[in-house]
Amino acid sequence: MTTVLIKGARPYGEGDPVDVLVEDGVITDIGSLDVPDDAEVIEAGGQVLLPGFVDLHTHLREPGREDTETIATGSAAAALGGYTAVFAMANTDPVADNAVIVDHVWRRGQEAGLVDVHPVGAVTVGLKGEKLAELGTMAKSEARVKVFSDDGLCVADPLLMRRALEYSTALGVVIAQHAEEPRLTVGAQAHEGEQAARLGYTGWPASAEESIVARDCLLAEHANARLHVCHVSTSGTADILKWAKDRGTKVSAEVTPHHLLLTDERLATYDPVNKVNPPLRTESDAEKLRAALAEGVIDCVATDHAPHAVQDKDCEWSSARPGMLGLQTALSIVVETMVRTGLLDWRGVARVMSERPAEIGNLTDHGRPIEVGEPANLTLVDPDAEWTVRGAEFASIAANTPYEGMRLPGVVTATLLRGRITAREGKIAQ
Amino acid sequence: MKHLLATDGLDPAFATAVLDTAEELKHTLLGREVRKLPTLRGRTVITLFYENSTRTRVSFEIAGKWMSADVINVSASSSSVNKGESLRDTALTLAAAGADCVIIRHPASGAAQRLSGWLAEAGTAVVNAGDGTHEHPTQALLDAATLRERLGSFEGRRIGIVGDVLHSRVARSNIHLLSALGAEVVLVAPPTLLPAGVESLPVTVSHELDAELPALDAVMMLRVQAERMHGGFFPSAREYSIAYGLNERRMKLLPEHAVVLHPGPMLRGMEIASAVADSPASAITEQVRNGVHVRMAVLYHLLASEGAAA
Ligand SMILES: [Zn+2]
Repeated sequence: MTTVLIKGARPYGEGDPVDVLVEDGVITDIGSLDVPDDAEVIEAGGQVLLPGFVDLHTHLREPGREDTETIATGSAAAALGGYTAVFAMANTDPVADNAVIVDHVWRRGQEAGLVDVHPVGAVTVGLKGEKLAELGTMAKSEARVKVFSDDGLCVADPLLMRRALEYSTALGVVIAQHAEEPRLTVGAQAHEGEQAARLGYTGWPASAEESIVARDCLLAEHANARLHVCHVSTSGTADILKWAKDRGTKVSAEVTPHHLLLTDERLATYDPVNKVNPPLRTESDAEKLRAALAEGVIDCVATDHAPHAVQDKDCEWSSARPGMLGLQTALSIVVETMVRTGLLDWRGVARVMSERPAEIGNLTDHGRPIEVGEPANLTLVDPDAEWTVRGAEFASIAANTPYEGMRLPGVVTATLLRGRITAREGKIAQ
Repeated sequence: MKHLLATDGLDPAFATAVLDTAEELKHTLLGREVRKLPTLRGRTVITLFYENSTRTRVSFEIAGKWMSADVINVSASSSSVNKGESLRDTALTLAAAGADCVIIRHPASGAAQRLSGWLAEAGTAVVNAGDGTHEHPTQALLDAATLRERLGSFEGRRIGIVGDVLHSRVARSNIHLLSALGAEVVLVAPPTLLPAGVESLPVTVSHELDAELPALDAVMMLRVQAERMHGGFFPSAREYSIAYGLNERRMKLLPEHAVVLHPGPMLRGMEIASAVADSPASAITEQVRNGVHVRMAVLYHLLASEGAAA
């Protein structure tokens, strides 16, 4: 029997500090408690206790690019970032478009044992956008795939997308779309706008995202299916989501920390560490995304954690791969953009980083309330502490963070997965 | 001043100094039998071209040689580039081999800027000879030299840039340089060949060439690449030529003193009528000639003045 006592924590940052007793993976008591024999004690000192974070959008690169991230290193990064569950995207090499690969990813996650790694299955065979992958087989495999996505690529063919949505309803799963009309983004390098005009980058227009999101919302409504929109980046997409939700469409959406904070002003550095897909947009887009997240029009935060090797980033912009690390900085960016600005309180943070992503990803044991009888997937956060970002010190093999050298607020001081401490004081617990 | 990467943000005083030096050089070398100055003796200049451009490379090569620099041409076909070596590794190799200056032409926007970062420690100067659809600053400087020769000054002058602004590094560099020097810039193009966000640049925009011509002191025709014609940017070469080609009828709409420029190579007949290209208003051959003097001046300001200070 493992016993952990979290002493003096404030669940959701509310009320007086309480002690939270965790036995065998379950919260068994909350109040002013004595320290039981052989309990491991975490002195929380009034820090904020939240349900463990859930990331709907992580790239773990295994199988295929273990030089940039493995399921083990990515799991460590996730635990250090306060996560207890992550969804690993299907665009690995080979692609996770069959039961063998998704089960492999699932088992490797279990072996690492730091977070629950839920493989995302590809919607189409080989991410080619031509033929549906065996969604049912993957949904019923050992990995129990709950989310399907061709992320990195858009399911652009409207008929195929319709079929994917229709078919998904029988399985109770969600189709997560990387919304990018490929004909509108040929050669695209950066947000189409003033910065791209000045710097001579081929533009990635907002309408390439918005036209797909609008189309997919209509298709999802028609199919009565569940659609999840990945990494919303434009103000117009937020408007479309609001419109669709008001109509009763079963659509959910995520926004990345970087789209909440960073803008295309960063292009002027020419440093591909800022290159990401969809691209960084304008300040007015970021402002709208923050408001939409606060209002619930955008449901949750997802990292789009995308590790890359040095040679794939320290090159000229057009040759660089898009993507940036996100797992170990997400909480801090949310604190910076949403908490410090008064847009979200800690209950709101729990909603966007844990509860909603768990619901969208069909997880029943994560994103649960901090109450007696609930699974002890928990994250302890010091809201007042600050830290300096050093990519080289991350648990990820890669170091491509756009926040290098920045001082950020909010430190994850402990993470518990089913009552077991996975990370503590910035280190992976043995 | 260590590099010449862009005209966006370029100090107008530096630009003017380059133009003045280019003019001096032109007069100094005029009629000389041996056009060689000792200024950059012992300096190594490398042209690193990832795209073919005989005209630009040769212009830089002659400029370097007339200043007595050792000029080495590296092109993508002969270098390790084809073997997959990264730009960064190539750059570090060149710096290690002792390059004082690297002149780079590259298909990626921002490549020259990245290169300057990698070469910062080596202290190697970088000249952008065209990066993607971003900038081509020496072309803008030679255009400015040609215009100054013909028009005297930039203050209050109105200059039209006509054609494929979207893909044109020449247009971007000219927009920033000419407006910094005091001229007004009018872009004339179909909406499909203008970048989104163009209104943030110091320009006015028009789709009617005829309406603009009478008020222009100079008209700069841009090259329309063949692939654009098939890329659906406009319906046909014929329609483009009718709307945006500089023909003899249009030429008559220009003021008497107006200058016609083209960065070359020209698509005669489509972008510009032969009679216009070969008319006295055309400064197209002077552009090429001034190109050498301007590039000499750039190398002088980046390399010689620094050497003098050291
Ligand atoms: Zn994506």
